[in-house]
Amino acid sequence: MSKALEVSNLTVAYGEIAAVRAVSFTVEAGEIATIIGANGAGKTTILNALCGLRDVRAGSIVLGGEDITALPPHERVRHGLSQVPEGRRLFGRMSVAENLEIGAYARSDHAARKHDLDHVLELFPRLRERYRQLAGTLSGGEQQMVAMGRALMAAPKVLLLDEPTMGLAPQIVDLVSDAVRRVNDEGVTVLLVEQNAYSALEIADRAFVLESGEITLTGNGPDLITHPRVRSAYLGYDA
Amino acid sequence: MSFNAVTSSFKVARRRKSPLAETLQIGALAGLAAIGFALIGAYVAMDKRHVVEDTLTLSQIAYALMAIAAGFVAGRDTQGRPSGSRIVLHGALTGLVAGLCVSALMLLMASVSLRSTLVAASPMLTKALSLGAPIGSLQALAQVPILGALLGMIGGVFAAMPSRYRRALTCGFAIVLIAGLFRDVFVSVLDNVPDFNGPEAEVFGSGGLNRVPALVLLVAGGIFALLRDRWNAGHNPARRARSSKAGLVLLLVGVLILPLVTNDFVAQVAMLVALYMLMGMGLNIELGLAGLVDLGFVAFFAVGAYTVALMCSSGPLALVDVSFWVALPVAVVLAAGAGMLFGLPVLRVRGDYLAMATLGLGEIIRVLVLSDALAPYLGGSQGIIEIDHPRIFGVSLQSPAALYYLALALAGVVAFISWRLQHARIGRAWLAMREDEDVAQALGIDPVASKLLAYTIGAAFAGAAGAVFAALVGSVYPHSFQLLVSINVLAILVIGGLGSLPGVLVGAIVLIGLPELLREFGEFRYLFYGIALVAMMHMRAEGLWPATTRTKENARA
Repeated sequence: MSKALEVSNLTVAYGEIAAVRAVSFTVEAGEIATIIGANGAGKTTILNALCGLRDVRAGSIVLGGEDITALPPHERVRHGLSQVPEGRRLFGRMSVAENLEIGAYARSDHAARKHDLDHVLELFPRLRERYRQLAGTLSGGEQQMVAMGRALMAAPKVLLLDEPTMGLAPQIVDLVSDAVRRVNDEGVTVLLVEQNAYSALEIADRAFVLESGEITLTGNGPDLITHPRVRSAYLGYDA
Repeated sequence: MSFNAVTSSFKVARRRKSPLAETLQIGALAGLAAIGFALIGAYVAMDKRHVVEDTLTLSQIAYALMAIAAGFVAGRDTQGRPSGSRIVLHGALTGLVAGLCVSALMLLMASVSLRSTLVAASPMLTKALSLGAPIGSLQALAQVPILGALLGMIGGVFAAMPSRYRRALTCGFAIVLIAGLFRDVFVSVLDNVPDFNGPEAEVFGSGGLNRVPALVLLVAGGIFALLRDRWNAGHNPARRARSSKAGLVLLLVGVLILPLVTNDFVAQVAMLVALYMLMGMGLNIELGLAGLVDLGFVAFFAVGAYTVALMCSSGPLALVDVSFWVALPVAVVLAAGAGMLFGLPVLRVRGDYLAMATLGLGEIIRVLVLSDALAPYLGGSQGIIEIDHPRIFGVSLQSPAALYYLALALAGVVAFISWRLQHARIGRAWLAMREDEDVAQALGIDPVASKLLAYTIGAAFAGAAGAVFAALVGSVYPHSFQLLVSINVLAILVIGGLGSLPGVLVGAIVLIGLPELLREFGEFRYLFYGIALVAMMHMRAEGLWPATTRTKENARA
């Protein structure tokens, strides 16, 4: 297996305070990896640093063998990295169609774009019904589908998902998890950040536990579900 | 957003008061507004303008509107409580209080001379306010509160009646007001209609509408609004959208034939409107689409104007003396270059700070032109004079109508380019940047390139406007490029609707055209601006002709 994403010694700081301290991890091509951790552990900071939205204090980010640490955000998209941001952050005044279209902004391959659009609508048939509606008027679950569709329209090699199940009803959580698995089955590497540890660990091939900006545990998803520390800290069982 | 939060919390706090105290407060506020209106001289100035000949002057209408508005607000706020008569009573009370405030002012002016401190507190004001009754008499003092109470009551009735009728009355009244106020324009149109001699003498008097036609217009306007309401209620939104398109076509036809059917003065005003439209469409790219505030917009206008001045003048400062058509593209390109340079230092600045930075850059251009260092080349405060008029096929474009069509043709080209850009890839990128810069970047949009492009294109449009301005006025001076121009353009966008092309046209007509036609009240122009902006933000924050996405948003909300 080849390495899709290799992060070494990543340090991100807000002023004097380091939010992420010398974090290193690797995601193999084709797998689902997850970073779980409490609120404020630094999960979103890591994802934003990967996208280039946060300046990196030290360390390197290698995507598919290429060092992208110094690239601006919009260049990273062209190298195959795409993010579903926390809280979805859709363009509420644009229609679903326009949101999906803008997801493919960085691409110039017209025919393939059309194909990917059909594919996204197949993955989330609900969006076909809502196609001309303003994104801001959709329900939370539908918005999450648009956010995922928008990121997929960039035809990423590595898809970053930031808390995709936050604030969603249980059935919708399952639907989103299914979608993540299906996207992954088609060969897209997934890095999933979750507070909802159980649903993330269930589908993850590899999991990292992040505590106060440092990775404290690594393992495969199902193994970590049974790990006593994870059980007590994130799954709500008594140790 | 934060502004809304403030006003809504204010409303919550106000609701807790007793209805009576609230009513009295509204009345007092209206009264204070009326006193202020009188003491700044607006009352006397507008009293000279008759909307309905020998019956109603503009200032009487302004006062009546204040009383009716106060009555309406008081009536609306007491709604939800049982009886309709109570609403009307509260309306009457506010009007009475407002009228008493005005009477108090009259009493004060009769007993103390305010003239030494307040120039506008003149005998003419006292005379105008007493409506022909002996000054200081009981009749003079009593009639304003009584009238106020009556009008306030009408306001209350207004609040209590079904909105359908309210719209009808408003529409009829607006038509009478427009017809009376812009009498000169309508008379000049009627004068130009062949084989139609003399009817204007029956409809219009020497200063406004005659009484009977005014009444006819009021009723006709009301019936029209009622019919339109019924029509709209019975049809689906798609059909309504079509009728809005028909409105746009009508507006365009009117714009096209305007100078042919009116006089030179109106053509000149129309030309100014077209110029501001050009600038408005430029700023619309920056602010309306890309969300970049720019208070230094006038700088690009100046660059365009000075380029044409230096290239087409027969005066001593001219670098070359070429045709306007050669200078125009140069002006556009130079302005675009200026826009790009302008964009570079402010790229990393966002929001309020961007407003401040652009404000400073805009002033720099004006100060540079005024400076001694550049005076030998740009003429300093003396400006550049003797700029040739543009020629087309050997004919010099000199008449206001010809220059209007020149400005209009350019505006048409720019509108087309704007429209294409808006629906192109880059237009989407701008909208995305405006809504969420981080996400836009993470989706592959280059923020530097798209922002610079917005500044460049916006500046190019303003440069075209400046070029036409120079050719049209025949001279350029630094004082034509004040901060106020930038603010005017911004206000046009806000009033018309951010991001909306027809909105730019409507905004320019309302904010530039109408005040120019009412030149005699020039000193109150910015008072009108201020009131219009505040009223718009409260009642129709999306603009007079909002962009389609915003209408959709409101329809679904």
